[in-house]
Amino acid sequence: MTTSNPPINTSAGTISGNRGLQLEEPLIFEMDVPGRSGVDLPDVPKHKERLAGMKRKGAVGLPGLAESQVVRHYTKLSQKNYAIDMSVYPLGSCTMKHNPRINEKIARLPGIADLHPMQPVSTVQGALELIDTLAHWLKTLTGMPAVAMSPAAGAHGELCGMLTIRAAQLAKGDARKRILVPESAHGTNPATAASIGYEVDPVPADERGRVDLAAFKAKLGPDVAGTMITNPNTCGLFENDIIDIADAVHGAGGYFYCDGANFNAIVGRVRPGDLGVDAMHINLHKTFSTPHGGGGPGSGPVVLSEALAPYAPLPYVVHGANGFDLVEHDGGKSFGRLKGFHGQMGMFSRALSYILSHGADGLRQVSGDAVLNANYLQASLRSDLSVAFPGTCMHEALFNDDFLEGTGVTTLDFAKAMIDEGYHPMTMYFPLVVHGALLMEPTETESKDGLDRYIEVVQGLARRAKAGDAAYFHGAPYHTPRRRLDETLAARQPILRWKPEETKKAAE
Amino acid sequence: MSGIRFSKDHEWVKVDGDIATVGISPYAQDQLGDVVFVDLPAIGKKIEKGKELAVVESVKAASEVYAPVSGEVVEVNAALGDAPGTVNEDALGKGWFAKVKIANKAELDGLMDEAAYKTFCEGLH
Amino acid sequence: MRFLPLTEPDRKAMLAKVGAPSVESLYADVPNGALLTAPITGLSNHMPEMEVERFIGAMAQKNIGTNAAPSFLGAGAYRHHIPAAVDHLIQRGEFLTSYTPYQPEVAQGTLQYLFEFQTQVALLTGMDVANASMYDGATATTEAVAMANRITRRKKAVISGGLHPHYREVVETHGRHTGFETVSAPLDAAGKEDLAKHLGPDVSCVVVQNPSFFGHIHDFTKLAEAVHAAGALLIVAVTEVVSLGLLTPPGEMGADIVVAEGQSIGNPLGFGGPYVGLFAVREKFVRQMPGRVTGQTTDVDGRRGWVLTLSTREQHIRREKATSNICTNSGLCALAFTIHMTLLGEAGLNQLAALNHATASNLADRLATVPGVKLLNESFFNEFTLELSKPAIGVVEALAKKRILGGVPVARLVPGKEAEKLLLIAATELTTEAEMAALVAGLKEVLA
Repeated sequence: MTTSNPPINTSAGTISGNRGLQLEEPLIFEMDVPGRSGVDLPDVPKHKERLAGMKRKGAVGLPGLAESQVVRHYTKLSQKNYAIDMSVYPLGSCTMKHNPRINEKIARLPGIADLHPMQPVSTVQGALELIDTLAHWLKTLTGMPAVAMSPAAGAHGELCGMLTIRAAQLAKGDARKRILVPESAHGTNPATAASIGYEVDPVPADERGRVDLAAFKAKLGPDVAGTMITNPNTCGLFENDIIDIADAVHGAGGYFYCDGANFNAIVGRVRPGDLGVDAMHINLHKTFSTPHGGGGPGSGPVVLSEALAPYAPLPYVVHGANGFDLVEHDGGKSFGRLKGFHGQMGMFSRALSYILSHGADGLRQVSGDAVLNANYLQASLRSDLSVAFPGTCMHEALFNDDFLEGTGVTTLDFAKAMIDEGYHPMTMYFPLVVHGALLMEPTETESKDGLDRYIEVVQGLARRAKAGDAAYFHGAPYHTPRRRLDETLAARQPILRWKPEETKKAAE
Repeated sequence: MSGIRFSKDHEWVKVDGDIATVGISPYAQDQLGDVVFVDLPAIGKKIEKGKELAVVESVKAASEVYAPVSGEVVEVNAALGDAPGTVNEDALGKGWFAKVKIANKAELDGLMDEAAYKTFCEGLH
Repeated sequence: MRFLPLTEPDRKAMLAKVGAPSVESLYADVPNGALLTAPITGLSNHMPEMEVERFIGAMAQKNIGTNAAPSFLGAGAYRHHIPAAVDHLIQRGEFLTSYTPYQPEVAQGTLQYLFEFQTQVALLTGMDVANASMYDGATATTEAVAMANRITRRKKAVISGGLHPHYREVVETHGRHTGFETVSAPLDAAGKEDLAKHLGPDVSCVVVQNPSFFGHIHDFTKLAEAVHAAGALLIVAVTEVVSLGLLTPPGEMGADIVVAEGQSIGNPLGFGGPYVGLFAVREKFVRQMPGRVTGQTTDVDGRRGWVLTLSTREQHIRREKATSNICTNSGLCALAFTIHMTLLGEAGLNQLAALNHATASNLADRLATVPGVKLLNESFFNEFTLELSKPAIGVVEALAKKRILGGVPVARLVPGKEAEKLLLIAATELTTEAEMAALVAGLKEVLA
């Protein structure tokens, strides 16, 4: 043994530090026994060594664990996580909906999971057909003529869309420098625009939580490359001036990039192509339920208008003389390559499985139920919380922290108290245009009775806060594997990896 | 504290001869919360009034610190590297950021004295 | 519909609570004419689970999977054995269906495995710290170049002719559109290039790969010294991460940033994605590092725990001043990587790497005896380059007709005459005697 388990705080009142099913778990590096392994491999055959004298001299330093220990380790770690498989996960703008397991089965089919991306196209006709079929659905659902499939995530899709716009304008000899981005936008929008050299010009929201149309028009000019607008927006509201906005930006010679993060609210009911959108990414992990996996992988195909389609990234699937073909080098107008190989195939197969399961009729039901659930939540919580903007909402309900005024309880405290009640908190402090924002997105996969229980808890907490029980909130959560963690310490003295001495010191 | 002056962006400056010591105000550190990192300029860097001098980070926010006067950076508070919390504990003293050789003393005229800055901060609530 | 729990009576009751006459009325903000009143035509309606399986299963059956035919494909994506425990564990709902760990009290599982993952990546690459992963190796390389540009305040990247062509193209694409210059050295099939001659006061970084795209193993120690003397950074890309079990890590050669494609460990080929980009740096550059990162801390009771940290670098706080627009990692793929790596451990990884090299070395010996085949490598790990007597794309097509997936023609990635006859061949622990014999026999026939 190199090290033993770290000293355990016995505040749990048990010898082990465990609390029933809440099990303490050391790092893999603290369970190391040299020479032990969780795999059995064949013997290495005789061979001529051809390593140019660059054979590793020292050990890597990886710990040795048997398979039984590995399975327990990760099982115990998993039990410290909240998941949509457990209950409501109302993270606004993140769309935590049920992940059907058929998607997982499909992605693992032989002939999909075991395909190499560089096989001759004659041996992967079915894979190209799958991509083409998903592309057809995405184009039809959005009313757009083209789609770039390769972006690896939503922000990557934004990059793809903005590069397409940039390439199209450069091709016309019309380089422009400014991008209009609403203040309520997700941080990736300005980050994306700035990363390719655009100047980000923020557009204020009006008192209804929408883009201020007059302010927007006033900012337009010949140097405006376009705008990035989320619709439905990050306040959970449909931009009712969207067609005027699109017309205005087109009139100024710019393009309309739509952030499609909230496409799940309108899928099957509104086609962005009908709103004047030139490019829009679709987060397959949001609208089409590919798993979030603790933070990725995502997939962010970008639908494109006729004018932008020629500038789409490589590679892309085409219908050739002998079936499907893959264009990997174009020499034409494409702005270039965005990632290795062809895109997130494992997400394509899952998303197509979800889409086919629902069909055109089911997807319409998906958006309708998502919007109904959010409005039910908003209506039920209206009197106990403070709704940020008047009227009905789309797929998510936004509250501000007015209802906590004078209680000494912050949005963060409120969120931490929800954890003790067995719920993952809503999105906090986003969008930035609303003070102390609480953004709740129930999604269509929550039942009415499940929502009713959630509503009761949120109401109860709001009343508890107003009753003057601030100390309770400040201490929450009480019943989690770890209580509030010191983020200041983590940032001031970053410990980003295990090292024997540092770990020991910190645990003492 | 008599010689201290403040900008509307909540920087302070103390002048000694042609050297200005620059930091952020107690109000600014309070708004930021626990400071976890300060990105200081390189010594010798020429800075312009109103342009970025440094970046100060808390857990959940990062803010640019703008130069209240133009000039050349002659010294930085390297001690903030190991103890960024000094900005919270002693914003007007040990939590200083940089010393700048002033290029144009007239620029100091637009800054507020302590009383005026206090009134300015009260107006922000 | 099986995933939608609301019933008609539910909907009625909920609409009454909302005070809305219908679901359609909730879409009143949609401009006139843009709200569809019926399902979109030309698309199928909902399907039972068994029909979905049949529908997509039929597509899968049209492909020849690498598990169904002898396969020697590599070029940045490798077929390895994935222990059964890996796929079982990553499908636990608490991992599969959780979000980014923004609420650390209910995400210690994800945060701890990311901390372990970061440690494994740092150890493998010989670097100080690593982030919680990126999209893939190619995008990680681009982010590394952008990071080097930020650190050096220079805007010119020198790219090795031994770097994977996709990686090079992604960097070039970003360079063209984000305002930095790229100098791409000619293809280096022989593994003899001299990159030091491209160095100058405006160069921010030199990007190399080990083993190179063509399989050659390099010692970059001298290059690193030259790069540093010129005030630039050395970025080393690794596309076959298993090689790090046997080879001197880039960190020991003086690399400043190491990027890698982590697919080989724990992740299936999956037709090219999702994969997992690894990103490791020297400690002094950590605040310039892009991407999500997990750090150790304590909770209010003094117990060790983990949080996402240094997040002021990221877009949700810095917005247009962020180090990168990336807002995700490749969480589930990183989990598969870290579980597989934990199963392997030091002994397992060493043995796996040795097995890969031995198998490839023996295959190279056998292929070298085939008329019309010339082995271009003196050194390699588990992949090498052959020069054939005929264009490689046609040879591979002919082999595919014999149900042999006979490697990756370089011209597939770099069209043109120069690489026309070059074929990359990879072998792994999964390559059997019978498969090697099939390739040798197949090539003999096709090249005859």
